[in-house]
Amino acid sequence: MTKAPTLPRVLPGFGLSLGFTLTYLSLVVLIPLAAVFIRASSLSLEAFWDAVTAPRVLASYQLSFGMALLAAAINTVFGLLLAWSLVRYRFPGKKLVDALVDLPFALPTAVAGIALTALYAGNGWLGQYLEPLGIKVAFGPLGVLVALVFIGLPFVVRTVQPVLEDLETELEEAATSLGAHRWQTFRHVILPVLQPALMTGFALAFARAVGEYGSVIFIAGNIPMVSEITPLMIISKLEQYDYAGATAIASVMLVASFLLLLAINGLQAWQARRNGRSE
Amino acid sequence: MAAITANLYAQHDRAALLESRQATREARWVKYTILGVALTFFAIFLLLPLAVVFAEALAKGWHTYLDALVEPDALSAVKLTLLAAVISVPLNLVFGVAAAWAITRFDFRGKQLLITLIDLPFSVSPVVAGLIYVLVFSSHGWIGPWLLEHDIKVIFAVPGIVLATVFVTVPFVARELIPLLQAQGREEEEAAVVLGARGWQVFWHVTLPNVRWALLYGVILSNARAMGEFGAVSVVSGHIRGETNTLPLHVEILYNEYQFAAAFAVASLLALLALVTLAVKSWIEWRAAQAHD
Repeated sequence: MTKAPTLPRVLPGFGLSLGFTLTYLSLVVLIPLAAVFIRASSLSLEAFWDAVTAPRVLASYQLSFGMALLAAAINTVFGLLLAWSLVRYRFPGKKLVDALVDLPFALPTAVAGIALTALYAGNGWLGQYLEPLGIKVAFGPLGVLVALVFIGLPFVVRTVQPVLEDLETELEEAATSLGAHRWQTFRHVILPVLQPALMTGFALAFARAVGEYGSVIFIAGNIPMVSEITPLMIISKLEQYDYAGATAIASVMLVASFLLLLAINGLQAWQARRNGRSE
Repeated sequence: MAAITANLYAQHDRAALLESRQATREARWVKYTILGVALTFFAIFLLLPLAVVFAEALAKGWHTYLDALVEPDALSAVKLTLLAAVISVPLNLVFGVAAAWAITRFDFRGKQLLITLIDLPFSVSPVVAGLIYVLVFSSHGWIGPWLLEHDIKVIFAVPGIVLATVFVTVPFVARELIPLLQAQGREEEEAAVVLGARGWQVFWHVTLPNVRWALLYGVILSNARAMGEFGAVSVVSGHIRGETNTLPLHVEILYNEYQFAAAFAVASLLALLALVTLAVKSWIEWRAAQAHD
């Protein structure tokens, strides 16, 4: 892939650094991950299929993937507004807001989980106003959505923000001087530049949300067929010492993660190319 | 990300400029609508959860709060959490530096694949991360029977917790260093070698001063994750009070026993850790921006 001509190597440490990297990565990540597939392949096809398509497991895929998609979509819209506000406007407390956007990265998921549950429970700060309206957030699917929005929030903001910062004002000035309205300028000039970053942020938030466990289990209520997420199905199989079943579901999740990772890499490469061209 | 956010402070006055120009500003009502919606979303999803942790922690007074923190099970959870971080952060620091050096200083086939593989722990569900070690080390696992024979416990014991923590924090340092070293290029180091510097001298005196902020950035982020990891650790821990409980697991146990004030008291420690992490992170970005100007 690299087109650089092969020059004689000047810098030392190639063998040591690459050797250590590969050994470490194999021992810590690759070999243990391979264990999932090797274990799963020792199952008969029928047993594997039964484990990954049991009604409760199917319901959990629907919840995990559905809510992750919805949460990523919500984060794309509001993340764009937040990034836009941070780059384009002055307002009091801006530095604080900018720093706190990363809170979901730094706050342990279990803490987020119990905090959100306390907020949205029937007697909570928000729950006491929502429940009389018939909106039950805690201990149901809506709670899963709220937790996934929380943990996915920084991704879109942090992928869009630098692109907005580097956006050249000349483009907007040209559009305006040619008679475009502000909305037309945004729609036809700014949005196309932001698109790869928005999609990357969406994909990152989605990938994180699909596998999320800690912040979700406290608020979800974990009702079978209604609010059980897929990672919880793996845990409950393990608790019944059904290692084969847990492994089968885990291999489905791993394949989903690999595909998402490939998609994200593709998107980032696209973004890099797009940015390279605009400069 | 460090390199990107370094621009942030340099461009801090840009908002004023953009707001002042006809071509780059919106009508007043549009601006305040966007700002209002964005900040409301921010307050509901970020500020309120943070505030509720401290409010619930102090709901039953300072006495209950402090009792929950100095109780023996809580102290042993603190110790285990620190131990996991003290082992996993330096390991992944060395790994991150080695990986970034190999990837940005040499050309070899499969480089892109290697970068993708380093990112893998970020996209694997924490629960799956715990499960893989159960599959290898538990009594039903690959080397479980051998470990049993030699009386070594990994799963439902401290080594399993450390391993799971190492796994989830693998990418942090490497991910901060790779883009930065790539952007800086090899010329400075090559010049040092040509002038007669040895390998380690080049690293200590040329490379390290250039990347120290990114390095610190990776370290504090991986530390926050190491101390706060829940899903992966939960699978391998076995939840033995006073023995295999980390702080996040201790929060879960207290919460499930309906000791809400105590659960939030311990949670508030972790929330403070998160706030300190964000403060240090902002400070690093500010320093990096200073160095940049």
